[in-house]
Amino acid sequence: MSTTDNAPTEAPRSEDSAEAAAQADAHAQADANAQADARAEAAAGAQLSTAPLDDSPADPVGIGVFGWVRWFWRQLTSMRVALILLFLLSLGSIPGSLIPQTQVDELKVAAWKQEHASWVGIAEKLQLFDVYSSVWFSAIYILLFVSLIGCILPRSWQFVGQLRDRPPAAPKRLDRLPAYTTWRTEKSPDEVLTHARTLLGGRRFRTEAAGSSVASEKGYLREAGNLAFHIALIVMLVAFAWGQLFKSEGGKLVLRGKGFSNTLTQYDDFKPGGLFNSDDLPPFSFTLDKFDATFEKSGPQKGTPRDFKAYVTLSEGVDGTPQKREIEVNTPLEVEGSKVYLLGHGYAPVISVTDPNGKVIFKDAVPMLPQDANLTSSGAVKVTDGYKDKNGKKEQLGFNAWFVPTYAGEGKGTMFSQFPELDFPVLALNAYHGSLGVDSGLPQNVYQLDTSKMEKFTDENGELFKRKLLPGETMSLPDGAGTVKFEGIERWATFSVTHQPGSGLALAGAIAAIGGLAASLFIQRRRIWVRAVTGPDGVTVVEMAGLGRSESARLPEELTVLAEALHRQAPSAASAPPVEAPPVEAPPVEAPPVEEPAEVEVEGERG
Amino acid sequence: MTPLAAATNENLAQISNYLVYSSMAVYTLAFLAHIAEWIFGSRSKVGRTAAALTATQAAGAGAPAVRVRATRAGGGTAVLDRPKVVTRSAAGTRDVPDGPGAAGGTEQGDLYGRIAISLTALAFLIEAAGVVARAASVQRAPWGNMYEFSLTFSTVAVGAYLALLALKKNVRWLGLILVTTVLLDLGIAVTWLYTDSDQLVPALHSYWLWIHVSTAIFCGAVFYIGAAGAVLYLFRDSYEAKLAGGGKPGRFATSVLERFPSAASLDKFSYRVNAAVFPLWTFTIIAGAIWAGDAWGRYWGWDPKEVWSFVTWVAYACYLHARATAGWKGRKAAYLALFAFACWIWNYYGVNILLNGKHSYAGI
Ligand code: HEM
Repeated sequence: MSTTDNAPTEAPRSEDSAEAAAQADAHAQADANAQADARAEAAAGAQLSTAPLDDSPADPVGIGVFGWVRWFWRQLTSMRVALILLFLLSLGSIPGSLIPQTQVDELKVAAWKQEHASWVGIAEKLQLFDVYSSVWFSAIYILLFVSLIGCILPRSWQFVGQLRDRPPAAPKRLDRLPAYTTWRTEKSPDEVLTHARTLLGGRRFRTEAAGSSVASEKGYLREAGNLAFHIALIVMLVAFAWGQLFKSEGGKLVLRGKGFSNTLTQYDDFKPGGLFNSDDLPPFSFTLDKFDATFEKSGPQKGTPRDFKAYVTLSEGVDGTPQKREIEVNTPLEVEGSKVYLLGHGYAPVISVTDPNGKVIFKDAVPMLPQDANLTSSGAVKVTDGYKDKNGKKEQLGFNAWFVPTYAGEGKGTMFSQFPELDFPVLALNAYHGSLGVDSGLPQNVYQLDTSKMEKFTDENGELFKRKLLPGETMSLPDGAGTVKFEGIERWATFSVTHQPGSGLALAGAIAAIGGLAASLFIQRRRIWVRAVTGPDGVTVVEMAGLGRSESARLPEELTVLAEALHRQAPSAASAPPVEAPPVEAPPVEAPPVEEPAEVEVEGERG
Repeated sequence: MTPLAAATNENLAQISNYLVYSSMAVYTLAFLAHIAEWIFGSRSKVGRTAAALTATQAAGAGAPAVRVRATRAGGGTAVLDRPKVVTRSAAGTRDVPDGPGAAGGTEQGDLYGRIAISLTALAFLIEAAGVVARAASVQRAPWGNMYEFSLTFSTVAVGAYLALLALKKNVRWLGLILVTTVLLDLGIAVTWLYTDSDQLVPALHSYWLWIHVSTAIFCGAVFYIGAAGAVLYLFRDSYEAKLAGGGKPGRFATSVLERFPSAASLDKFSYRVNAAVFPLWTFTIIAGAIWAGDAWGRYWGWDPKEVWSFVTWVAYACYLHARATAGWKGRKAAYLALFAFACWIWNYYGVNILLNGKHSYAGI
């Protein structure tokens, strides 16, 4: 109490002990009033929502396993734990954005591991390279969704019950509710109440008359929306899980003029979901007829891609009729539940190799892997079969290859491309012979040459034999070992074929979630009571009050509108007798208090 | 593109730059006018909050019962021409009136405040014209890189503020803070983020760009306003708590905080703003997922940008939940709102600049 005296007020209060005692009394009274207020509101607001009360028992009740299970379940389905789990979910997703993920980019994971060698052990233990499928992350969201289901089911039942219930009767003291108004009228209470019912009913309130008052309620959609939103979350999770388990995703590089048919063996790489069955691959095939890419020709963003388009001939089914189709970056080709995406593109120099006898033993377009935005590309030419050296000994040939579509010019810098289009294409080759190591059974990177079992071809200085070629040029390998010709240039494009079931369901869930959320946040559930009784002087006293649960309470405004409408039907009495302020626990029949025009216009907030 | 068209486009880009610089000049004037408003306002010694709080204490928390205004028509009779609705706050909350605003009720302060708002509106128009000129110069949606995002971002934030003002909402207190941060945002945009106007890489060629990016920017701008409300709420709340506890806040704190709306109003403002955009943010993420499904063949792939949008979303969901749970109202909920907004900002600056993923072409 003494603290009050320190408060900076304009009129300092006296230290008088009598006044202090009076204040203490006032406080006791105030506390009692506040408690009465809270009780009255609680009764009037009962079942205005299905949100669980936050009074989870602190200790396990009952004995033994059952008591504990029940305690655990109560905890898990309480709002507080839902909140904590949600927070953990947001924190738990963070590491996956800071540390590269196997699921997203394996190469980056490898690079990270090299850079942070000392952390790898810990990171692997914590599954930091697979955060989103890790045990701990799964635990968080599985617990959250168990909690969600455990929360939603009882709330749905409760809500169904509430839909059948009638709005609760008017509390005794309407003036204790957050929004309140009153006036006196000449109309009889019955007339007022009939008007009130029609008025509220006309505004689609659910009304219930009881004695001298009408109770009404509106905004059930809020609760329905909230439940729909939470259920939609479950639907989305199920759809996502379904998609992960049954999806398939494969990549394929296709040269211009070549084709692809959708069988497992045709893929360059293939990532199936846990329950995927390769028989599920829908039969279709296509050939790449043409590939267009345009790039910015000038300006600071020179070389930035502007447009990619692949023209294909598609056959649906095992032997469907061929049809012309186009695939662009943002518009995949949809065929039999799978989608074919255009991912990347590049060049494939066409190279032919002859043996010492002049016989062509190799002629192929060799795709090169782009290294930068201007399509500086690298790759390897591997001649596995058919080569015999001068002495007739069987050997393999290998070439490290670099290709630039636009060369800067001799003596002008390195083999880095200046522009992604074929303005000045140059191919550079290093030559080796020996064993390519392809027979060792180990999978090989087609873009890289393993020179561990190979020998260099050497030039006159004893150095590694290298040459730069223009299209149409031929180079002769040292000592008449054969020739290599740069015949021309082909294009290739990479496609990703994905089959992801459940995305329709996920979309439906997402739409339902937004709808439910909007209903839940923008609709208010509220109750309005009207009471009309004959006062001691024979004039009818009308009281109206409202209560809502939601925070964005437009309740006072709505009550004003309703009161004005009712007031038109039951206008104020012409005169009123002198009135006194009511005692604190005045019965509702009392005339309204009239005071000096000092109002408190604080918008009511209800939680 | 023909050379002629290229030249007009360069001209348009140049015009856009001039417009942006002009708007910055006008925002600076608005900033100065707001400062004048605050300075003149500080001359009035309002002391309302303190008075209200101590009055409440003296009379007891339950005291402000219902009061009805009555027009006394002589002879002790009252004529009520129309019913007047009275409201009261929930039991247990402070009954504090809103502060009088930056001008502190002084005429001169108010005049400067009005000048500041007019200048802000003018700067807004110029900046919006700058955005349009930029869009015309690149012949696409002006949201291809961070410079363009930042430009649109502050335009939308100011637009939202002006719209709230036009709707007669009590947001004048936001003026100085908003203008300051807009200047900051534009300053960063023109000095560090500037990118010559140009076209987009193929992955951005999609009508989803219009849908997804515009809502993302809008959400960010409005979330910013909500966050500003939450920060002020925290200051104002501790100020009120100190007063109610009998403490005496410093003179500067008193002079400034006293003029803001009450903690309860700020809290409610912040909640309403955040709650109103949350469904749109949900939509933004879903639209992004659909676009990703079209462009990259998977609708959700835990790319850094996707992760942080998700984190932001969950954090805001957390905030809304907190508000529905009794023990978490008030300050704790406000901290959550700020955490959520911090996630949004990080997703914008941090992820674009520091982490690289598939979204990185949205670069500087
Ligand atoms: C995946 C996790 C969840 C998310 C993203 C989520 C999201 C939300 C959001 C955004 C709201 C605000 C809508 C409103 O205020 O009406 C909300 C409300 C609500 N949530 Fe959740 N929620 C989740 C899990 C849960 C769980 C596990 C429970 C139960 C323990 C729960 C119970 C509630 C309740 C009762 C409300 C309504 C509060 C009110 O009526 O004001 N939620 N939720």
